[in-house]
Amino acid sequence: MSVLVYTESEEGKFKKTALEVASYAKGVADMLGTGVTAVTFNAGDTSELGKYGVSKVLKVNSDKLKKFNAKAYTDALKQAVEKEGSKVVVLSQSANAKYLAPLLAVQLEAGYASNVVALPESTDPLQVKRTAFTNKAFNFTNITTDVKIIGVSKNAFGLKESSAELSEEEFSPNLSDGDFSVEVVSVDKAADKVTIADAEIVVSGGRGMKGPENWGMLEELAETLGAATACSKPVSDMGWRPHSEHVGQTGKPVAANLYIAIGISGAIQHLAGVNASKTKVVINNDPEAPFFKAADYGIVGDAFEVVPKLTEKLKKFKSDNA
Amino acid sequence: MKILVCISHVPDTTSKINFTEGDTKFDTNGVQFVINPNDEFGLTRAMWFKEKQGATVDVVNVGGAETEPTLRKALAIGADSAIRVNTPATDGIYVAKQLAKVFKDGGYDLVIAGRESIDYNGGMVPGMLAGLVGANFVNTCIGLEIEGNEATVIREIDGGKETLRAALPLVIGTQKGIVEESDLRIPNMRGIMQARKKPMNVVEPIETNTNTEAVKFEKPEPRGDIKMIDPENLDELVDLLHNEAKVI
Ligand SMILES: Cc1cc2nc3c(=O)[nH]c(=O)nc-3n(C[C@H](O)[C@H](O)[C@H](O)COP(=O)(O)OP(=O)(O)OC[C@H]3O[C@@H](n4cnc5c(N)ncnc54)[C@H](O)[C@@H]3O)c2cc1C
Ligand SMILES: Nc1ncnc2c1ncn2[C@@H]1O[C@H](COP(=O)(O)O)[C@@H](O)[C@H]1O
Repeated sequence: MSVLVYTESEEGKFKKTALEVASYAKGVADMLGTGVTAVTFNAGDTSELGKYGVSKVLKVNSDKLKKFNAKAYTDALKQAVEKEGSKVVVLSQSANAKYLAPLLAVQLEAGYASNVVALPESTDPLQVKRTAFTNKAFNFTNITTDVKIIGVSKNAFGLKESSAELSEEEFSPNLSDGDFSVEVVSVDKAADKVTIADAEIVVSGGRGMKGPENWGMLEELAETLGAATACSKPVSDMGWRPHSEHVGQTGKPVAANLYIAIGISGAIQHLAGVNASKTKVVINNDPEAPFFKAADYGIVGDAFEVVPKLTEKLKKFKSDNA
Repeated sequence: MKILVCISHVPDTTSKINFTEGDTKFDTNGVQFVINPNDEFGLTRAMWFKEKQGATVDVVNVGGAETEPTLRKALAIGADSAIRVNTPATDGIYVAKQLAKVFKDGGYDLVIAGRESIDYNGGMVPGMLAGLVGANFVNTCIGLEIEGNEATVIREIDGGKETLRAALPLVIGTQKGIVEESDLRIPNMRGIMQARKKPMNVVEPIETNTNTEAVKFEKPEPRGDIKMIDPENLDELVDLLHNEAKVI
């Protein structure tokens, strides 16, 4: 009956989102009076999960599952749910989790609510609060099936420590050839770059940056903050930056702790995708730019002067506080 | 090759979002509806397969008669025929089950759907459809080539991309990147004229269940006032970010 949580790891290490979904699962388990079981794939040391309320880990160790494979991971998770008799499954909204969640929903005949931003409003019926209309609204959804899947938005719940006695168990799901009918041929991932999906801080540039040659100053600011870089849609459409950096309603959603928008006007489609971020800073030379109505801190000024100065200040702050 | 493109009928991205009937229904008053942007990218890629590889392209929507202008627009862009399953889109599994029927009846090789719709943001219909019919599935697809019965697909992952191989039938959830923004087509006069004569097949829904129920909506709280900082006094910003917002 435990709440099952899919805790993603990379090269054996848990992602922050994994600890966040574990915290969330613990919250749900407390509401239901049960415990939390995590499923891990080729994770090394799992003791960290105990700090976020996980009491049991099903460890899947398999060379076949070294690379993420949606169908095979789905099959493994399904078998874990059945083994545990879980009625609630919690996962993140990473690209991989979003890929497998609908497949798992079909396998388990479970209702799935995505983009959930808070603990359930009630457990009977199970009602969750989620974002809809690309952050322009919230939507309360009842999941009416026996087994329920909750996809938790990044940074919506945060990390909540609550230590549990952790037990570990090897788990070897039965996988068939059919599970690998979609074959992963190659993975191309920049190892050293902070991704928008993982970043706590995102530094984003718009058309006000004038051209790709001026991105050096944004990259320096991002590096100082350990942030990811992002951009508005026209910037990626013009090829100044890669598509993968395009954020907004039709690009990637950003739910960072801090979003710094530089030379971005704040069009409704841009704001929709980024306003789930906690704190927003806007740097724009036009005091009438609509983004000032949607931000927490604003600077009216020329990005080409403000950004390098800000980077210097932050470097000093970092070294003073190191 | 037979391609089915799933078209979700959504409020234009500039729409103000309001609700009626005690915040239980989306207020369509004065709202312009469009093809879901992710679907439009997919439809454009389908046109390439039509023109270069002789594929036929059908578009489908699960929805009431009000979605027909959106389907007509897809026909004007170049799809061969449209199918409308005549029932409100109640939830993800309900829509996926209707689409599964259309898929089986039509014998499609490839289904192109959006990564998510910009209204409900479920991000679930294509994966559920694939799961229901036992087709291969790739999400957040940003590249697709098909040769014979084999597809090579590029998928965006967090922090990079990945190349996958899968046999048809295949369902993809797609987004910008599968084609460039500049490749999107605006229907021309000739396309619009032709679209009037193309088939709009209305089929009745199958009876099936839902798994979720959208109970009510709420608009986000209006935010507090912005604090303006003098560009000559950036120490203040650093201080606020550290001590007030606590984000650095
Ligand atoms: C269907 C649809 C979907 C869309 N989806 C998205 C989306 O997902 N994401 C997105 O971003 N957009 C999206 N858009 C585009 C959106 O409407 C805007 O056109 C876009 O966000 C504007 O980008 P921008 O702010 O970089 O450019 P602009 O609007 O041109 O703004 C540039 C800003 O830079 C400022 N500036 C200029 N020089 C300086 C300087 N030296 N220092 C400081 N500031 C300066 C200007 O004052 C201005 O405010 C979409 C549009 C449509 C129609
Ligand atoms: N009512 C519908 N009719 C046809 N296709 C749909 C419908 N709803 C969703 N889809 C397709 O599924 C994709 C993802 O939708 P969603 O799961 O609602 O986010 C959309 O981009 C469409 O391609």
